[in-house]
Amino acid sequence: MYPVVPNPETLLPQTCWSCEQEIDKAAQFCPHCRKIQPPSEADYFSFFGLERKLNIDLDALEREFYRLSRKLHPDLFARASADEQRWSTEQSSVLNDAYRALRDPIARTEYLLELEGVKLEEQSRAATDQARAQGKEKKQVVPPDLLEEVFDLNMQLEEMRMNRKMGERDEQVVKDLEAAKSRFETMLGESTNELHKLWNEWDKAIASGVPEGDSRRIVVRDKMVDLLNRQSYVRNLVRDVNEAL
Amino acid sequence: MPQERIVGIDLGTTNSLVAYMEGDAPVVIPGEDGANLVPSIAALTPDERMMIGNRARKSLIETPDRAIYSVKRLMGRGVEDVQDELKLFPFRVDETSEGEVLRIRLGDRTFTPPEISAYILLQLKRNAERYFGSSVTKAVITVPAYFNDAQRQATKDAGRIAGLDVLRLVNEPTAAALAYGLDKNKEGIVAVYDLGGGTFDISILKLHEGIFEVMATNGDTHLGGDDIDNLLIAIALDDIAGDLKLNLGGNAEAVQAIRKAVIDAKIALSSNETAKLDVDLPEGKRYQREITRAQFEQLIEPIIQKTIAPCKQALADAKVKPEDIEEVVLVGGSTRIPRVRALVKELFRRDPHVELNPDEVVALGAAVQAHILAGGSKATEDMLLLDVTPLSLGIEAMGGVVAKIIHRNSTIPASATEHFTTAVEGQTNVAIHVLQGERELASDCRSLARFDLKGIPPMAAGMPRIEVKFLIDANGILHVSAREQRSGKEAQIEVKPTYGLTDDQVEQMIIDSFDYAQEDLRKRQVIEARVEAENILLALEKGRKNPAWQMLSAGERSSVQRLETELNEVKAGEDYKKIRSAIDALNQGTMRLAEMMMDSAVSQAVKGKTMHDAGSEMGEGPTAPHPIAPAEFEHKH
Repeated sequence: MYPVVPNPETLLPQTCWSCEQEIDKAAQFCPHCRKIQPPSEADYFSFFGLERKLNIDLDALEREFYRLSRKLHPDLFARASADEQRWSTEQSSVLNDAYRALRDPIARTEYLLELEGVKLEEQSRAATDQARAQGKEKKQVVPPDLLEEVFDLNMQLEEMRMNRKMGERDEQVVKDLEAAKSRFETMLGESTNELHKLWNEWDKAIASGVPEGDSRRIVVRDKMVDLLNRQSYVRNLVRDVNEAL
Repeated sequence: MPQERIVGIDLGTTNSLVAYMEGDAPVVIPGEDGANLVPSIAALTPDERMMIGNRARKSLIETPDRAIYSVKRLMGRGVEDVQDELKLFPFRVDETSEGEVLRIRLGDRTFTPPEISAYILLQLKRNAERYFGSSVTKAVITVPAYFNDAQRQATKDAGRIAGLDVLRLVNEPTAAALAYGLDKNKEGIVAVYDLGGGTFDISILKLHEGIFEVMATNGDTHLGGDDIDNLLIAIALDDIAGDLKLNLGGNAEAVQAIRKAVIDAKIALSSNETAKLDVDLPEGKRYQREITRAQFEQLIEPIIQKTIAPCKQALADAKVKPEDIEEVVLVGGSTRIPRVRALVKELFRRDPHVELNPDEVVALGAAVQAHILAGGSKATEDMLLLDVTPLSLGIEAMGGVVAKIIHRNSTIPASATEHFTTAVEGQTNVAIHVLQGERELASDCRSLARFDLKGIPPMAAGMPRIEVKFLIDANGILHVSAREQRSGKEAQIEVKPTYGLTDDQVEQMIIDSFDYAQEDLRKRQVIEARVEAENILLALEKGRKNPAWQMLSAGERSSVQRLETELNEVKAGEDYKKIRSAIDALNQGTMRLAEMMMDSAVSQAVKGKTMHDAGSEMGEGPTAPHPIAPAEFEHKH
């Protein structure tokens, strides 16, 4: 392991390093001399030449990933200059990171929300740090409509743990937990449908040219944030139940 | 001038091979003895030369304290984490190497694992050079897919020490898939089950129009045929102690003789129903025993069962079911064991593909990859390998918890960007601990490196915003860079690999491959030390003519005199360590002289001249980097 010297040229690529002609900021290759360029700050959607839409044709995405891999992979630059080798490694890493994020529906939605100014990661990290500083387990905010359900569930989980400690097994509790689990799984399925509806809403706004910062964008965005938080909350509940069972 | 050939090397635990692409097909290059496999055994001859391969085999039994096998098990590891191995393998680890790269004793010398591996690589390089009649300096080397960063770095270091430019490290199962795919022109999902001498890997790949995309990989870097051998040896030693009343625990020669016998029996049992062990022992005793295949299979079952969990994990990570897999390719000598084949069939519900030579397929694949890097040809033009990182990369967060930043099975190159800040006002350093592994706690993961972000501009706590970029390259090796965003300042990174060699250490270990055959390494070190001694003595002679010499006290002058005489005495001797320590002593003793020479040069310089002019005028003065004035004047602003 050793440090890479960061390349200041990566910050503002306006002209091709090789032929010095003007090029697009997000260009992976110079359109004039075909040389590979240092990576730009392009987001994952524009790296793939996509609009910021959430419905993605996964087969087309895979084909594009393979096509770009065949152009950018470091294997193709083994005989090129040290700079070009490094850029191909960096460009490939962006390609791979972008493909990984875009092909997964949740990761893709989260990534888009971050692009739209939502700091999901920092929210979650701040909550974790705060919980740790207070010596508590991290607690997610319970979605209001689930309050009662979660209260009951926690009782059942506690009972299950106590029973386990005593080496007992209460069939009724097991049955209750299994029922709860299947309800939560149904809920997850429903929220996936809900998310797809929000995707459509979002994509429609983008297609009709609603600009960044417009309230119509922000409304859909915030609905997605709530939905993702709810999903992750329910997913954790399912995990807790599975652990107890 | 034909393009230089790039060779593919399989640096194995038990055997190593070198291959290259001849036309459209990869072929293994045989050694001088005509054999394709070079046993990964190194032995120091009585005249202190390193012998590799079959020639070193005899030494394992005759002079076991001067020989070593399976050194791959020690690559990239510290003394603390090889304690289990030390109970089973006759590695003589130098105990003083605790906390740093471990060293192994051969005779009365010590070597690091990358150095011993370098001697094996050098043998392969020579075999290839003899075969081509021209020099070979570039190679692709294979590593177990489940190797971590330190093990990969150690392999790359070994290449450099052997004088090879390592263009790529390729994962062994992926290399095997390349050889298989080239041969078959296949499409679909394949699994590669690779059980070698010391490591186990399972990889699941998707083959599509020439792209070999690894979907998931898993494994165990300390599981293989060696473990079977050790088990059989333990049983034999037990038998011998019980039936023959002979305790052979400390008798390295006898243990090696038994090891040879059990390996022969293990191999025989792959084709026969029974095998005989027959070993001559000390005190005129003799160990004889028959072992049936059924007994053998029962014994090794716990070992081969250990391959099941990694296979299941890899399938789960790749999100495929056994039915989705077109073919299972077997790699590694241990897959010749019928019980292993049966287990693979149970796991993947199909007969494995056994047409490829499991000993050679990895080297052949490495040759294919080497050919691709060299520019390729019609046979390889559409082929592209997309591999993954086997282990998650994380950084230690508050409370010793690991925050994962690049997940296992991510396609490489892969990167992650993290932001750090300070906790105290005016803090200029932030310590970062990088780890590799799947566990939650830092103490359960493999420590890769600790480094400090230095030179952060002093600001209020929490104000600096330091962006650190982690990048895993196509070799699976990590690179780190950092930037303080508010000031735009590049932060300095000093990476201290936890169990790695530094660049300087590797530099010093490089084996001069031209003279190596005649030259004793120690002799070269003596010569180098003498050259250095001459330099410092010469510099001292010049220093005496400098006015500063007269400014030293009589006591100081006579002490320098004494150190000079001492160095003159030892420099004719053969002990380079003595010469070095005399050089160091003289260096220390003349520190004040050097400082005073510096000072007088500086005061001269400020008399109305630019620093640069003053420096060039001073000629023999302190700007010349000689040991008496070690500080470099031009850098002292």
